[in-house]
Amino acid sequence: MNYLSSSLLLPAIVFLPLLAAIIAFIIGRNRLQGLINISFSLTQFLLVVLTTLLFLDEQTDQSERYVIGGWGAPLGIDLIVDGFSILMLALTGLLTLLITLYSASYFSDKYNASEKSLRFWPLWWFLISGLNALFMSADAFNIYVCLEIIGLSAAALVALQGNRAALQAALRYLLVGLLGSLFYLFAIAILYRSHGTLDLMQIAETASHSFPDKVAMILITIGLLLKIALFPLHFWLPPAHANAPTPVSAILSALVVKASLYILIKFWFDVLGEATTFGASQVLGALGGTGIIYGSWCAFRATQLKLLIAYSTVAQLGYIFLLFPLSEYSMGVSSFTGSASQAAVYFIVAHACAKAAMFLAAGNLILAQGNGEIAKLKGIAVREPLNVLVFAIAGISLIGLPPSAGFIAKWLLLTTAFESGQWWWVIVVITGGLLGAMYLFKVLSLAFSTDPAVVESPTAKSTAPVSSVPVSSVMTTVALILALITLALGLNAEFILNISNTVTEVNGI
Amino acid sequence: MTSALLYSMAGLALFAIGFFGVVVASHVMRKILALNVMGVGIFMFLIALAKRNPLVVDPLPHALVLTGIVIAVAGTALALNLMVRIHHMDQSSQEQSK
Repeated sequence: MNYLSSSLLLPAIVFLPLLAAIIAFIIGRNRLQGLINISFSLTQFLLVVLTTLLFLDEQTDQSERYVIGGWGAPLGIDLIVDGFSILMLALTGLLTLLITLYSASYFSDKYNASEKSLRFWPLWWFLISGLNALFMSADAFNIYVCLEIIGLSAAALVALQGNRAALQAALRYLLVGLLGSLFYLFAIAILYRSHGTLDLMQIAETASHSFPDKVAMILITIGLLLKIALFPLHFWLPPAHANAPTPVSAILSALVVKASLYILIKFWFDVLGEATTFGASQVLGALGGTGIIYGSWCAFRATQLKLLIAYSTVAQLGYIFLLFPLSEYSMGVSSFTGSASQAAVYFIVAHACAKAAMFLAAGNLILAQGNGEIAKLKGIAVREPLNVLVFAIAGISLIGLPPSAGFIAKWLLLTTAFESGQWWWVIVVITGGLLGAMYLFKVLSLAFSTDPAVVESPTAKSTAPVSSVPVSSVMTTVALILALITLALGLNAEFILNISNTVTEVNGI
Repeated sequence: MTSALLYSMAGLALFAIGFFGVVVASHVMRKILALNVMGVGIFMFLIALAKRNPLVVDPLPHALVLTGIVIAVAGTALALNLMVRIHHMDQSSQEQSK
């Protein structure tokens, strides 16, 4: 009974990546480097799977709490898991495992990147550790620390690419991240002043419509929107995500923006639900809707492949923000229950898998082509059929066509919009889908178009660009696995909905 | 007006001045400094908060400020490093073009 709150499983998920970071730093460049990192990611994955199974097995309708060092709130810092955080942890575990496998090949001697690997692995594990701790944190200030660990390591990872564009993007990403965190920190100071505690649950118990709580909620929302990159605060995201090394782009788009989103959802619905208003939720929805249209349009106009995918993230984040106007609103409190929350949770998972798959496939295509320009991708399907397939599957999910995870997510979103009578969101979602199809088919039609000169000439292989490198099979396989997961999530929606049902049953944080 | 309230107000003002600087400043160095001013504003607010009750001092905000300072130092160091690197890159490309 309540095995999770008494075992060391939860702290282990935080400390394992920290340990991995330190070990990766100490061993430096080593023949066994890849193997060690892969075994760490495998161990972490197994720990997370075990935690998920235990959580599902216990069938509690309460969240599980681990008291670090036996101190307990308000003095100590607790770890807490509910259905939503378990889902995020499982997602982090899965993506860490797959992207670690990818990175072990990406940062190998073959691509002259072993110098970068020296710096990549410690930062990578710090990032993962920050994500894991964030999804379990029950303490408002601890969340701030996690946000900063994530922000600092993510900015450093972007800078790893080393060219001027990447450094510039990393600097801007870092400054925006710090600004967002400061807003959040100020809100925490105000909350501590009026509630006398930093524990989220204890704050939730005494939250009210009062002026300090409203100011805190506004500050938290602005700070986190900066970090999530909701339109019009998205300006830093496309350069940062497009210029980072491929595995970093994948984790940034798939998980790092979702971490801030997770905190926003937690504060908006659970902690300071009393301080939110219906009007504010409509504003968030309107910004999300504008983000969908604007992001898709910019993606359509992009000339670089990774920039297109980065703008697509801006658009996809907009969909998740439709959660705020669509969630049930009664007695002055919006609640994270019902089909709107299910749609949002499903969207987060679907986008994470599809976007990671798409970035990894795009990275492979760029390696094969030696160039990131979309126009140069003409006829690439002949040489890299598997990676183009992955790109297509991920694209299907992002557009929201069946049978994919994205389809289920959009379906849930549309039915919720109809049920709540807010039909204008339906128009936004459908337009977004059409624009999504436009920018993704633009890439695919180029990839499949056959260039007669390349196909017919007997020296077809010699027309490959000089700077191209054969893509390792591991990197293609990882991208393919992620794409297949995206499809499987569409065919077997029950699994995710079961866990997210636990989310809606959990009443509290 | 108690001194704690005065310090809170000053913290608030520093936060606002810093934010203005981050938005308006065009040079990166100024932006980094402005972010630090914002941070100091919050720290001041927290320290004033610890003395809400004139008889007892609440130790928890002090712990928060210490942690905050560590994070601010790390963030500032990383930002300065990136700024200097970009500056060096620009310089060397200028020399090449000459």
